[in-house]
Amino acid sequence: MNFDFSDDQKLLQQTARDYLTEQAPLSVCREILEGDQPFKKELWAGAAEMGWLGTVIPEEYGGAGFGHLELAMIAEELGRSLAPIPFGSSVYCASEALIKAGTDEQKKKYLPQLANGERIGTFALTEKPGQNDVESITAKVAGGQLSGTKMPVADGDVADFAVVAAVGDKGLSLYLVDLDQSGVRRTALQALDPSRSIARLDFDNAEATLLGEEGQGAALASNLLDRAAVLMAFEQLGAAQACFEATREFTLGRYAFGRPVASFQAIKHRLADMWCELEMARSNAYYGAWALSGEEPELPMAACIARIQATEALDLISLEMIQMHGGVGYTWEYDCHLFYRRAKALGAALGSLAAWKDKLVDRI
Amino acid sequence: MDFNDTPEEAAFRAEARSWLDANADLKKAGDAAADVLGERATPEIVKQAQAWQKKKADGGWACLTWPKEYGGRGVTPIQNVIWNQEESRYNTPPNIFGIGLGMCGPTILTHGNEEQKKRWIPEMMTGQKIWCQLFSEPSAGSDLAGLRSTAVRDGDDWIVNGQKIWTTGAHFCEWGILVVRSDPNAAKHAGLTYFVVDMNSPGVEIRPITQINGGQGFNEVFFTDVRIPDSQRLDAVGNGWQVALTTLMNERASIGGGSGADFGELINLAKSVEINGRPALEDSAVRQQIARFYTRSKGVAMTGNRTLSALSQGKTPGPESSLGKLVGAKNAQDMAAFAMELQGAAGMTLDPNETPAQGEWQGRYLGIPGLRIAGGTDEILRNIISERVLGLPPESRADKGIAFKDIPTGPPSR
Ligand SMILES: Cc1cc2nc3c(=O)[nH]c(=O)nc-3n(C[C@H](O)[C@H](O)[C@H](O)COP(=O)(O)OP(=O)(O)OC[C@H]3O[C@@H](n4cnc5c(N)ncnc54)[C@H](O)[C@@H]3O)c2cc1C
Repeated sequence: MNFDFSDDQKLLQQTARDYLTEQAPLSVCREILEGDQPFKKELWAGAAEMGWLGTVIPEEYGGAGFGHLELAMIAEELGRSLAPIPFGSSVYCASEALIKAGTDEQKKKYLPQLANGERIGTFALTEKPGQNDVESITAKVAGGQLSGTKMPVADGDVADFAVVAAVGDKGLSLYLVDLDQSGVRRTALQALDPSRSIARLDFDNAEATLLGEEGQGAALASNLLDRAAVLMAFEQLGAAQACFEATREFTLGRYAFGRPVASFQAIKHRLADMWCELEMARSNAYYGAWALSGEEPELPMAACIARIQATEALDLISLEMIQMHGGVGYTWEYDCHLFYRRAKALGAALGSLAAWKDKLVDRI
Repeated sequence: MDFNDTPEEAAFRAEARSWLDANADLKKAGDAAADVLGERATPEIVKQAQAWQKKKADGGWACLTWPKEYGGRGVTPIQNVIWNQEESRYNTPPNIFGIGLGMCGPTILTHGNEEQKKRWIPEMMTGQKIWCQLFSEPSAGSDLAGLRSTAVRDGDDWIVNGQKIWTTGAHFCEWGILVVRSDPNAAKHAGLTYFVVDMNSPGVEIRPITQINGGQGFNEVFFTDVRIPDSQRLDAVGNGWQVALTTLMNERASIGGGSGADFGELINLAKSVEINGRPALEDSAVRQQIARFYTRSKGVAMTGNRTLSALSQGKTPGPESSLGKLVGAKNAQDMAAFAMELQGAAGMTLDPNETPAQGEWQGRYLGIPGLRIAGGTDEILRNIISERVLGLPPESRADKGIAFKDIPTGPPSR
């Protein structure tokens, strides 16, 4: 048994951490959160230059041709730095969809530019609040023309194209839709976590090309969500780890009643519980990575437990972070709310916790 | 990253499996669940367990990690885990030797002299002599070093007086490990000495204690002028705390400790009972709960796999392994309560003929509180994690730097 990452993979992770410590301290996340820019362009260019965007894209399409274990290591570090770039949308979702289901022609058209960062992709699935299934999707494609609304779409305001789930002649299917065309109206939405942008996309007879087999959209979307869930679990894990470390450090340095706040058992025991949640999130994420990298039959189950535990751990730790900071934790000035917001952005992005729990029961 | 054995591990597993195939039957559905607290150890079961242990020892499959010169096999910890994984697939008598082989043996091997090792280890290994742990007292559990039983030197002997409590298996054990206070004027941890005691010595009285589930796995043990020869002292006088720490570290190292949770069973139950005229398994509140239990149970198991990988790389697992019992026992308790909740009013029955799964969930519900206390309570495990893993400040203490007899105390718990 070797349920661990290899030395090479850990080295890759360390390189990513060093780079991000330098290029993406939390002040960069805050700059996007407070400013008008939708994402940090220099960091996006840097991620392309480091080869991260094309980690799992095959070499023949301009990528690095690594596996998902390597990508997981990078995702964890991006999560740790709360990197304000559309990495999840473009890499875990759009690139995965093309690698998995694209024709050679589609791969040639999109993958090289996804790998070098010239194009950004995203995944447009949900249409309205409360929607967690694909059966109720109403967007339609007829004669290669897409009409309908997708809301919210992560990075929909900055993406060049989207993988869109819509009902075609043979039922639910996935389509590639370029977003810079007259049949598409994009509206940027206010985000709970403004360090990540989201949009509403209205399609009115927009040109759409089939991705994957027609009528197989439900199965394909489900598989893509599983793949993205594993990778995003690493991003959540990285964020949770950073959040936990910062909280531990703060409570050690902050004094009350003549002693460090971290010496009170009410705080110690909660930190111990947070650590347990974090460790289990790590363990389940590793299991997901193992299942994804080997295309194991356990992937549907492994994706669920990775997603659920990562979401619960980050939710808990990010809200305890504020609580354990006291008053400063509630200020705009302190970074606690960056994690608190990101926790919910990542936790909602691929469908609610309840939806993943519901899926899991069918997959046990 | 993979779950495969290395070639050496695979060869070892195959060897273990072939011996087990020749000597035991594979488990099948309906076999009795593991008896972690030794509550069902009737004299008949004790005999069966001893016979199985003897067979293993004769075949060279007992105490695998112990040195060869004392009858062990000198294998790596990971090979030992492989053996445990394989053995657990077979229907074998309950393991009533956990305390002896998991804690007493390693302590004697670490702190005993040559004569002591030769005297106790072989009989322990073959299961012919069973051992118990006489640590806790009415006034000393979590705070073990607060114990009050005394030992006074008398020539070549020591004379022991006092009371031990919660002693699992004392009623079928020949030997016990015992920590007592040999110097009440010394500071708390400095006044302790560690002995091995013959449970049949005059002056030892064992009284069973009935647990909340009606079982009698543990006992109180009274010592009245019990003579223990000095040759049965482990390590130096006053060094008892160091020896006890070895025992307690081995208690933690006996990893595994799965929640015993069987999700097939829980899903079957949720299929067989109804909510609003439909199988409970279709109810969304039920699904949310099952998913949570499953995710946590996998979280514990996968964390265990990370520990095994560390073992496999030659590292020693430390206080991080406290996670397994802390999360696992509570999760198992919540699951049992939930399974009873699913049964509606029938949740209050225990009658095996009228209760789903023959009342197994109710049985677990009554048994699991013991798991959250034995071998370090949830709270003590949180202290261990916060102090030893996370490096947070220790508890402020009212018992430092003064003689033991001057430390404030309340009445004993029992
Ligand atoms: C089924 C079972 C089998 C056992 N078998 C054995 C055995 O074979 N041999 C043996 O020697 N002992 C045995 N024990 C005893 C066990 O080790 C003790 O019960 C345990 O250590 C707790 O001690 P206590 O019962 O004195 O409770 P206490 O220590 O009095 O604890 C009472 C409560 O106070 C909490 N508490 C105590 N200290 C702290 C602290 N510092 N911070 C926060 N909370 C604290 C505890 O968590 C608990 O909730 C067994 C117990 C059980 C339940």
